[in-house]
Amino acid sequence: MSDLLYSDVEEDLRASVRDLLKAKAGAEALLARVETAEPYDLKLWHTLADEVGVAGLAVPEELGGHGASAREVAVVAEELGRSVAPVPFLGSVVLATTALVHVGAREFVGKLAAGQAIGALAVPLSTAPGAGFPSSVTANPDGTLTGRVGTVADASVADLLVVPAAGPDGPALYVVEATAATVSELVSFDLTRRVADVSLETAPATLVASGPEAAAALEQALLFGAGILASEQAGVAEWALTETVTYLKGRYQFGRPVGGFQSLKHRLANLYTDLVLARAAARNAADALATGTDVPIAVAVAQARNAPIAVKATEEAVQLHGGIGMTWEHPAHLYLKRAKADELALGTPGRHRARLADLIDLPA
Amino acid sequence: MTVTAEDLTRQATEFLASHDPASTDRMEFLRARFDAGLAWIHFPAGLGGQNAPRALQSVVDSVFADAGAPDNNPRRIGIGLGMAAPTILAFGTPEQRERFLRPLWTGEEVWCQLFSEPGAGSDLAALGTRAVRDGDDWIVTGQKVWTSGAHESQWAILVTRTDPDVPKHQGMTYFLCDMTAPGVEVRPLRQITGEAEFNEVFLTDVRIPDTQRLGAVGEGWKVAQTTLMNERVAIGGHVQPREGGLIGIVAKTWRERPELRTPELRDRLVQRWVEAETLRLAGTRLRQQLTAGAPGPEGSAMKVAFSELNQALTGLEVELLGEEGLAYDDWSFRRPAIVDFTGREAGYRYLRAKGNSIEGGTSEVLRNIIAERVLGLPSEPRVDKDVAWKDLPR
Repeated sequence: MSDLLYSDVEEDLRASVRDLLKAKAGAEALLARVETAEPYDLKLWHTLADEVGVAGLAVPEELGGHGASAREVAVVAEELGRSVAPVPFLGSVVLATTALVHVGAREFVGKLAAGQAIGALAVPLSTAPGAGFPSSVTANPDGTLTGRVGTVADASVADLLVVPAAGPDGPALYVVEATAATVSELVSFDLTRRVADVSLETAPATLVASGPEAAAALEQALLFGAGILASEQAGVAEWALTETVTYLKGRYQFGRPVGGFQSLKHRLANLYTDLVLARAAARNAADALATGTDVPIAVAVAQARNAPIAVKATEEAVQLHGGIGMTWEHPAHLYLKRAKADELALGTPGRHRARLADLIDLPA
Repeated sequence: MTVTAEDLTRQATEFLASHDPASTDRMEFLRARFDAGLAWIHFPAGLGGQNAPRALQSVVDSVFADAGAPDNNPRRIGIGLGMAAPTILAFGTPEQRERFLRPLWTGEEVWCQLFSEPGAGSDLAALGTRAVRDGDDWIVTGQKVWTSGAHESQWAILVTRTDPDVPKHQGMTYFLCDMTAPGVEVRPLRQITGEAEFNEVFLTDVRIPDTQRLGAVGEGWKVAQTTLMNERVAIGGHVQPREGGLIGIVAKTWRERPELRTPELRDRLVQRWVEAETLRLAGTRLRQQLTAGAPGPEGSAMKVAFSELNQALTGLEVELLGEEGLAYDDWSFRRPAIVDFTGREAGYRYLRAKGNSIEGGTSEVLRNIIAERVLGLPSEPRVDKDVAWKDLPR
């Protein structure tokens, strides 16, 4: 049976990440940044990547990482969800690094793990595990790449793009320097995790895997990403619940704390119940990814369950905060936007349920 | 010195060597197991245990089960084991523990619980069954309800009102009531399923000796809290394999009956499957926290989620069956020995699951508990707090 608790080491890691985020990524700082030319906090990212060591957390030691597992990565994701800190953790550590570790691309992994470069996986963020290998980018006979990929997470701050492309012998995985591509950040629904269009016009590229190995690397990255995202979603939901409870204890109307009205207490109790379930699902997915046991089912269950829970929790946070929850100055909208974007990211709940139905033999 | 798993395995093995389960009378065997301190091992020596860690109970149980030894039919005597016994242990006099615990554990004496009343459900502390002192006895009159197994029980744990002139939480007293005493009348309570799992119990001038009082006069609420806390432990401690609960039944129907399938039903079934699996994981996580010595407050939330899932799932099952869902297996007035969700058909499960969000704490009360005790939100207004019980509106 999976270990669904947090170890002491994991709690220590959580504490360091939480302390740092509390100091550097408070709500005011986030809101001040979202409409500037630097929506990502790269200074904070470098502290997280180098000093806390999250960049190479789950990278094997022989490839220059810390040799931890998905369980630790999930703890960091949970804390980043609680703070919606604008750092390229998902794109770089969770997606791009996982794909490159899978194919053993030593040189690139080394750079990413050391925090010397930021990576992004050049697929639309909505790509689900089990989706067909993408063909919107094609390898030219001279080894360069041409094509376009929309809504790539964290691409606007990436140095290295991991690009799945149709190679001469089928699926292939390449690494492209971001400077060789045209990366245009979209006006993104999620203000704290941006998506960008990536255009490649005979861009120089390094082939790192081809054939089934390339397809397996992409699938592994997508599964890992979807599983870890469940922890981020649990963190988002936890923030929404905690923040709303605190607000409703202190907000007085009709001469009493609003949090004393039973209709609101029951809605918060329901959010708590959801959070208990979301945490169990997230821990199970992280443990499955760490041990390699039962991965597809654990990931599909966690995404099918946690994505709607995070959306519900942040929607309730907006509603239960009343008018202030609808304002730009209150951070609730940053979490709502993250939760809603996360619902689409790496497969919608419906996609995960459809995949799960096949995995658990509930035939159409 | 702490008893280890090895010690217990050795003790159980030695016991089995000297008490052959195949040739020993069942009751003799159970009594001897109790006397050897191998019954509930966390109980004190002489009372069926040896003050061993409770977590090691499964070690002993599996040695006995592997040897094909008779058990005490724990489902049949669940109220005695889970609720009466820990309360008698905590509040009983040495004579009471000595008298009651052994036949309780062996199942020679079955116990039931006389707590809820028609006028005291969620607000149990409002109960009004009166106990009046008469020399060395008490005379008890009132009505209890939702008593499972009352018709098969020799004994009951009973909470009464002994002082109506003080606020409701004071003025209660807890008794051990002989169900065969004159004035105890048990009537079946028929449910929406057609059967009667529960009873109404009418108490009319029932004479209870003061020696059967558990805890001090006026301390009944405190004693009852111990009983109810143990009920929650008993409900929360269950871990299932994947598809172990009702979801397994519906999934099996789905696999075996392709003619029932539609895309819309499929997605709803997968949603319920995901909920069942997540609830199972949360239950496993709660158990792991307990084992690690850090119990969490998640139990109430789990029960709310469990009720909702069972109700949604059983509703879906009836719908899935199509025209078969229009038939019901049996409305006849039966008295089942135990609640059996799997031995009956979909319509029964649907109706019985309606009770899940009422029994053992309604979902509404549990949400209050989560909001107040876990989230720290303000308590509901207590208009009855400083009012004498007799002056409460009813």
